[in-house]
Amino acid sequence: MNPLNTLGAFQNAFAQALMAPHSTNTAENIAALAAQPGFAVYRNTVMKGCIDALQANYPAVARLTGEEWFRAAAAIYVRETLPDDPTLLRYGASFAAFLARFEPACEMAYLPGVARLDRLWTESHIARDEATLDTTMIANLAPEKMAVAVLYPHAAARWAWFADAPIYSIWSRNRAGHFGENDVWEPAWKAEGALLTRMHGAVEWIELNAAGCAFLDACAAGATLAQAANAIRAAMPEASGADLQQVMRALLQAGAFNRISITRSRKS
Amino acid sequence: MTTLLTAGLGLKPQHYDAALTCTAQGLWFEVHPENYRVAGGPRLAWLEAIRERHAVSLHGVSLSLAADARPDSVHLAQLADLTRRMQPALVSEHLAWSFWNGTYHPDLLPFPRTHEALARIADNISITQEALKRSIAIENPSHYLLIDGHDWSEIDFLNELTRRSSCSLLLDVNNVFVSARNLGFDAVQYLDGFPASAIMEIHLAGHSQDPNLGAALLIDSHDAPVGAEVWALYERLIRRIGPRPTLIERDDQLPAFDVLLDECARAASILNEPLAKAA
Repeated sequence: MNPLNTLGAFQNAFAQALMAPHSTNTAENIAALAAQPGFAVYRNTVMKGCIDALQANYPAVARLTGEEWFRAAAAIYVRETLPDDPTLLRYGASFAAFLARFEPACEMAYLPGVARLDRLWTESHIARDEATLDTTMIANLAPEKMAVAVLYPHAAARWAWFADAPIYSIWSRNRAGHFGENDVWEPAWKAEGALLTRMHGAVEWIELNAAGCAFLDACAAGATLAQAANAIRAAMPEASGADLQQVMRALLQAGAFNRISITRSRKS
Repeated sequence: MTTLLTAGLGLKPQHYDAALTCTAQGLWFEVHPENYRVAGGPRLAWLEAIRERHAVSLHGVSLSLAADARPDSVHLAQLADLTRRMQPALVSEHLAWSFWNGTYHPDLLPFPRTHEALARIADNISITQEALKRSIAIENPSHYLLIDGHDWSEIDFLNELTRRSSCSLLLDVNNVFVSARNLGFDAVQYLDGFPASAIMEIHLAGHSQDPNLGAALLIDSHDAPVGAEVWALYERLIRRIGPRPTLIERDDQLPAFDVLLDECARAASILNEPLAKAA
């Protein structure tokens, strides 16, 4: 019996031939199909659909590398990692990791970090809707409850700290794209962090220091405010009480939190 | 409700603002549900704002009804959620497969129209309609390959699907034109034989020529205005079957919103002709 006589066998062989143009394992009937000029239309459409999606999902990376370089790199990624989800907005979760080990990108060491921020933008963009913490909730909190309260990051809040390069500056400039091709720009080479939030519909972003990132990391892990404040001191040993307040204010103003809870108080 | 729809437009994010403020009578918008299968955020808010002003159609590209597998339960549940939330005037999918063994191939892939495929696809349509609690329309695909082993002609296959699963059909006139050229059949004869009563929606789009083979291989690229030959086929079809909701599809090389509205107006004027004659 010809194995291609079943629908599933046809689809196995067809899918294989789509992504492996030079494979010698292709079943005879599919090889005959793949030899027709029209087969390239399917190959090209699948490849173009994946590359277009990556370019749409990683616009700051594409702006930095130029379109031609980006699409060539993306084609290599597509051959390794086809989409597993028809919502292509989510495609390319491992693209930053790919760039980190992609030999031709080694001279652009900032590229994986920029890709990571493009990815965090997407995650923030599609996260569920929820309320942003009313800042007066904190102001009205009794001092004895403050230390044991837990702040919950907003579903659309994303943050990252980059110790080696000014990734936030590079990313935000290229994400916005408001500059000419020949503009010369050299960022001050320093560690930077980023916070992305969605307070007013669209994703917004600000630069965030190490203390802010450490604080959010601690909150996301379920730490009390007292524990999160310790995390700030660990990340920024020189931090004063005023610094701590400033970090809190910046995070609250940016809409980084959804709610505050004091239900875990005095458990220990 | 659907009888009120005349000519509609495929909606792209670049045109959201223009679409929101547009007051053209009877205008409706079609979107790919895949682009809105998200937990929250501005995309869903945009679509909700549009649907408050215009009828909306959900045109899926990834349920993979022709795959030898049940539709992915997560994808189907998400589509059911979106359908509940948006209350679309029309819901449609393709006679094609794309999701296979956990991998999504962003295209509408062909298959031999066998008895086995017919049974599988009729089941998959029924499963989908049960999940969505409504009937869906199935679109005829564009063809680029001569495939051996068909047990059914495409029209008989579609007819039988409507009989077995009570689905309706979406007739893409450009797909017929492109396929007729590529496979060497007569587009007029195909359209004249297409079951009129099952047609819930019509698609019109532009195509292009293969960069290497030229006119010998046409590509359903949705990157150009609707071609003159396709308009002629459409007029002939509407004269035969009467008006149906008709969509102008453009996915690439997007022109200004007004340019697409002009194409909509042309379709609307053709849709009004039989009514004018009957009056």
